[in-house]
Amino acid sequence: MREITGYVGKPLLRREDRRLLHGEGQFVGDIVLPKMVHCAFVRSQVPHARIKGVDFAAARRAPGFVTALSGRDIRNVVTPIAGMQVSIPKGWRDRFHYHIDVPAQQILADDKVNYVGEAYAVVVAEDRYKAEDAAELVEPDFEVLEPVVDVDRALKPGSPVLHAEVGSNVISVMSTKKGDGAAALARAKHRIKRRYYHHRYAAMPMECRAVVADYDIRTDSLTVWSSTQVVHWIRKEIGSILGMPEERVRVIAPDVGGGFGGKGHVYPEDVLVPYLARTLRRPIKYVEDRFEHLVNSAHARDNFHDLEIGFDDDGKIVCIVDDFVIDSGAYSPVGATCAANSIAHLLGPYDIQNYEAKGTLVATNKTSNAPYRGAGRPEAAFAMERAIDIAANSIGLDPILMRLRNMVPPERLPFSVGLPYRDGVPITYDSGDYPQALRRAVEELGGLENFRRRQAEGLAAGRYLGIGVGCYVEGTGVGPFEGASVRLDPSGKIMVAVGANNHGQGHETVFAQVAADVWNVPIDQVVVTTADTAAVPMGYGTIASRSTVTAGSAVVHASAKVKDKVLAIAANMLETPTADLEFRDGAVGVKGVPDLKVTLKEIWWASRPGWDHKRPPDMEAGLEANHYYEPPTVTWSYATNAAIVELDPDTGRVTVEKFVAVHDAGILVNPLLADGQVRGGLVQGIGAALYEEIAYDENGQILMGTLADYLLPTADDTPPITVIHQEIPSPSNPLGVKGLGEGGAIAPPCAITNAVSDALRPFKAEFNATPVRWEQVRKVFAEAGVSTPRGRG
Amino acid sequence: MPTVTMTVNGKKMSAECENRTLLVQFLREKQGLTGTHVGCDTTQCGACVVHIDGLPVKSCTTLAVQNEGAKIVTIEGLAKDGKLHPMQEMFREHHALQCGFCTPGMVMAAIGIVDRHKGEPTLAEKTVRHELEGNFCRCTGYHNIVKAIMAAFPLMKG
Repeated sequence: MREITGYVGKPLLRREDRRLLHGEGQFVGDIVLPKMVHCAFVRSQVPHARIKGVDFAAARRAPGFVTALSGRDIRNVVTPIAGMQVSIPKGWRDRFHYHIDVPAQQILADDKVNYVGEAYAVVVAEDRYKAEDAAELVEPDFEVLEPVVDVDRALKPGSPVLHAEVGSNVISVMSTKKGDGAAALARAKHRIKRRYYHHRYAAMPMECRAVVADYDIRTDSLTVWSSTQVVHWIRKEIGSILGMPEERVRVIAPDVGGGFGGKGHVYPEDVLVPYLARTLRRPIKYVEDRFEHLVNSAHARDNFHDLEIGFDDDGKIVCIVDDFVIDSGAYSPVGATCAANSIAHLLGPYDIQNYEAKGTLVATNKTSNAPYRGAGRPEAAFAMERAIDIAANSIGLDPILMRLRNMVPPERLPFSVGLPYRDGVPITYDSGDYPQALRRAVEELGGLENFRRRQAEGLAAGRYLGIGVGCYVEGTGVGPFEGASVRLDPSGKIMVAVGANNHGQGHETVFAQVAADVWNVPIDQVVVTTADTAAVPMGYGTIASRSTVTAGSAVVHASAKVKDKVLAIAANMLETPTADLEFRDGAVGVKGVPDLKVTLKEIWWASRPGWDHKRPPDMEAGLEANHYYEPPTVTWSYATNAAIVELDPDTGRVTVEKFVAVHDAGILVNPLLADGQVRGGLVQGIGAALYEEIAYDENGQILMGTLADYLLPTADDTPPITVIHQEIPSPSNPLGVKGLGEGGAIAPPCAITNAVSDALRPFKAEFNATPVRWEQVRKVFAEAGVSTPRGRG
Repeated sequence: MPTVTMTVNGKKMSAECENRTLLVQFLREKQGLTGTHVGCDTTQCGACVVHIDGLPVKSCTTLAVQNEGAKIVTIEGLAKDGKLHPMQEMFREHHALQCGFCTPGMVMAAIGIVDRHKGEPTLAEKTVRHELEGNFCRCTGYHNIVKAIMAAFPLMKG
């Protein structure tokens, strides 16, 4: 065990908890402002239609009506958010063949609606009930168009095209290679190709999205509260679309009830609600309801991978060739990020010399697809890890042993993969021990040999047990940057603000731990602000498993700038060279002389502008600094997930007997919180594997309108889970940390699907699509003529 | 509009509301008790659980006017003199919350579970998990919530 000398590494309880436990959390829906009005959106009930007109006549007569707008009313006034909200660096563009033509979504649809749930009008009224009443009276005049309901039809010649400006339903294609995939495949002793489908599901935070906006005429400024992961992105879009200096737009994410990526980009409501506040000169609130969340907030995954694996008699993988298609839905607000991630992560922890991958984003008349916890990695891991199991079984090799034969051994780290990451920098796996993670996971399940014996004994008794693993690597802490602002307050407190947004991660606690150690102060002397554009000039946000790495490093660097000045002032006050001074317990003191010190509070007062200060000559006043940490590239987390399942031949029920994750996120700033996040991610992944699904019918109608249709895992559905943290430090940042927000959700779908397929090996059944449905499992047993004693007859 | 009178967290309160006003909206909007949350609108998620006459109820599924004369306890009414209720304290100690949105309803439902089994010598994990089915948490994976409830059981038995 590492020795913990400061706060970093301690399982401290959270600062956030008291207010949340008292019912005093402040979520956007809780905000009440004087004279506030409320809005309700009018959303399409058909997947594809031309808007000929919108009739507000009846709505205008409704009690409490304030105003209503259609897409046509705001065309050219509130212009769309950029079609793709992220940028791609040159280093990536140089190595990829790509074409990205992501269409922009109108703030309110004005010409066409492109999915069930797309808003084409908004109604404002004195309260939410009245707004919804009036919204129900809005009459659309739609010319219904043929919907594009799946990618196969979308790609067929003659298919309707969603976005005329793009010219086809293909909104992005990208490809890259290393070695010679096709030639290696031709030479491979064995090759197996399958279609792997990772289905459509969604982040589904417990708090839906919400926006409150307030306009101040005196300063011509907007204050916007949004349930978001990216306050600075929203500020940028409001500034540019509404023509305001960003400085006059303040965006705050107060307590946010989960995001998981689903709140990781700017939505049209984030711009329209502030526009309405400015136009009406009244505060305005929009709180999405769960139905709207299901039909309008971003969905995720929905990938088809046609992946071919080439390998030799020993199970050594010689090449991977993958051609995948993403059903993007109508828009793709975070562009081709998931496709780029899939390509960068597909090779996982394995040393594979030849690789070709091509990803295609296809527009369909469904809700937009955007990154959700894992963002391209669960899909890639699913295809790859299923392929390894199928390959191993085809040559009579245990899939777990085949993985060990192909993994990059720890002595070869840092390991250069030969592909660029999404940030344009060549991928280098920086630290870890992949085989150890796999071995520990299997040992935790009782060991492979033991399990195979149990499995055989079970089979003889009519019990169907299976073991499955899923291994992945994850680039975390991606750029472009994160901002932190650190200042010493006259009270002597260290005021820390970060651009990273807190939505359950415990940032107020974690960054206090980091800052308290950097300053060597009691943790109560650190005050942390998150998710407020007024607190940090530039920020990026909490997405992509990056906050501890990037915001943590920014806090370290910003602190260093302030500490240099603090030290110089203390040296002046104590008439001692800085080399002889140290930060200790909220003060700067002379090394070896316990009584000789000045407190941070005294140093602030000595530093103030004006007469009688004690700054060194030529030093400017002000003990504050911003730092924008630009990570050199990502740092690599990884894990092995392993599961034992038992299948019920009568019902097809899949019971996860035990689930293990061996995870490495480098140094854990707060092991209690880290463990909680990994577990939460695992259960989301288990939900994806077995329960959660967003389905559409053949007419493009969404079938999930409530949480009775969309099955979130409950406490009763959740299996016993063991989490083991490897904690091998990252060499890539000052804290030795790696990201961990997404990791949990990446591998449960492949581990569980592998385990189910393993249990069904006697029947040669393969589960190459998620979710695993009980009826499919039961069908395998039924077709094999298997029944248990109680099911017999 | 009818006037509804109820006792909320020990205080008698009256307010006008429409017949269709749900109890959760009445509490949030008329009483300013925003600790009770709305997560799904359709009685699945349990973020809105309050106690009505001592029983945990999803307050999105009852009208305010149906609760004339009722005694309501919300999350805001649990702590006494600034001291957390043992269930709240165990949630904190076991890191049983992350985003905190489901937490108020989760705590109210958890107290209901313990109340139902108070007369029994022990509380089985299986029972807790089963009886927690009406409350969704998307962050924690339930592990620490179950631990917190198990830990609160002996404290609440007294």
